[in-house]
Amino acid sequence: MRAYLPAYEMQVPRTLDDALALLREGPGAWRPFAGGTDLMVLLEAGKLEHRRFFSIRHLKELRGVEEVDGGVRVGALTTYTDVRRSELLSRLFPMLGQAARETGGIAIQNRGTVGGNIANASPAADTPPALLAYGAEVELVSAGGARRVPYADFHTGYKQTVMRADELIAAVVLPRPREGARHFYRKVGTRRAQAISKVCFAALAEVEGGSLKEVRVALGSVAPVVLRCRRTEGTLRGRRLDEEASKDALDELGREVTPIDDVRSTARYRTRVAQNLLREFLSAVRAGKA
Amino acid sequence: MTDDVTETRPDPHDGKVSTRCTVNGVEVTLRAYPLARLLDVLREELNLTGTKEGCGEGECGACSVLIDGELVNSCLVPAAQVRGADIQTVEGLTDGERLHAVQQAMVECGGAQCGICTPGMVLAAVNLLKQTPAPTEADIREGLAGNLCRCTGYMKILDAVVHACEK
Repeated sequence: MRAYLPAYEMQVPRTLDDALALLREGPGAWRPFAGGTDLMVLLEAGKLEHRRFFSIRHLKELRGVEEVDGGVRVGALTTYTDVRRSELLSRLFPMLGQAARETGGIAIQNRGTVGGNIANASPAADTPPALLAYGAEVELVSAGGARRVPYADFHTGYKQTVMRADELIAAVVLPRPREGARHFYRKVGTRRAQAISKVCFAALAEVEGGSLKEVRVALGSVAPVVLRCRRTEGTLRGRRLDEEASKDALDELGREVTPIDDVRSTARYRTRVAQNLLREFLSAVRAGKA
Repeated sequence: MTDDVTETRPDPHDGKVSTRCTVNGVEVTLRAYPLARLLDVLREELNLTGTKEGCGEGECGACSVLIDGELVNSCLVPAAQVRGADIQTVEGLTDGERLHAVQQAMVECGGAQCGICTPGMVLAAVNLLKQTPAPTEADIREGLAGNLCRCTGYMKILDAVVHACEK
């Protein structure tokens, strides 16, 4: 244990209002602590700079998966296990369950939360590309009220978000995909468990008469943020699903991603794999297999 | 985790908090720094050394325990978050002198060499069998995917889980 434990504090506020009041006490005075699967790793490494935390794990207002007008609201404290067990999410948003099952292992899935994953803002996170492909919105709450931000606008740079110092993530809200939409999720890493991705791909498509009526493509581990690939989508939207469209889209994707070399992979490999996954997605949609 | 959660007030003399919970069926009051790892509190305050540290970062599963029936990595759980929790460690699996079926199978199948990963493997298997009483090989591999072993090459551990199912 490299951290000096006596220096750290944790409060357990009774209610969400009490928690939000703590956030008001001064920007960054107290910070939220949910499942602990990211923060405790930093603590052990002696890299948890912040000292004063409040636990939010027990706050009922941040839990629950429920249907709302036109979609589903996923409470910030929803764990990966909760996602896997949700019949509603399996039926409407299968990519969330696929991402959850490849996140860590069972023990991590039981504690890690969707809200914590978003707040941690890693560009290599597994669930966020699926959230981008589903067009999610993030619901933020503070003592002053609530607001919604499109998740595609939420990350502004490496580990940076639009959250204000007095805000908590309350939920993500996902609009129901059109009937017959195709879902495609792939995580590429060294193992099928306990591995940070080299590349992570999530896409949603609506096909009508052999053409792509609507398409969303999102990737992890290829940029400083989880990336919604709008330019790539632009090369595909409205086009017939043929070899030429696939080639144009792959070329554009190669320019749109900005991966780096790091301990897990190289920029060149990541670009190539991202393109391979896009081609696989398009083939699967064409073949009716996505 | 109960809903009756009260604000944790640290002792002004040493900064530690008192946390009431249940460990292996016995009510205890843990005294620890709020962000002390449950792993360390179990080992050092309660002398329950069956739970091991392999990595300290939630990757190896050697520190696995059950909290409210769920498998978790105790190296990632701060003491301040276990108020009211029902915690089970590997020590809680034996009934007097009688080993749990999974432990017995581990012995019979030669699933342990140095034994460091074994408590975590046993708890992961117990958790798996609770959810999925008749797991396929793929289910077993997934259920134990969060547990690393440097000695056995895993095959005899998987055999032990299959063997435990058959009993």
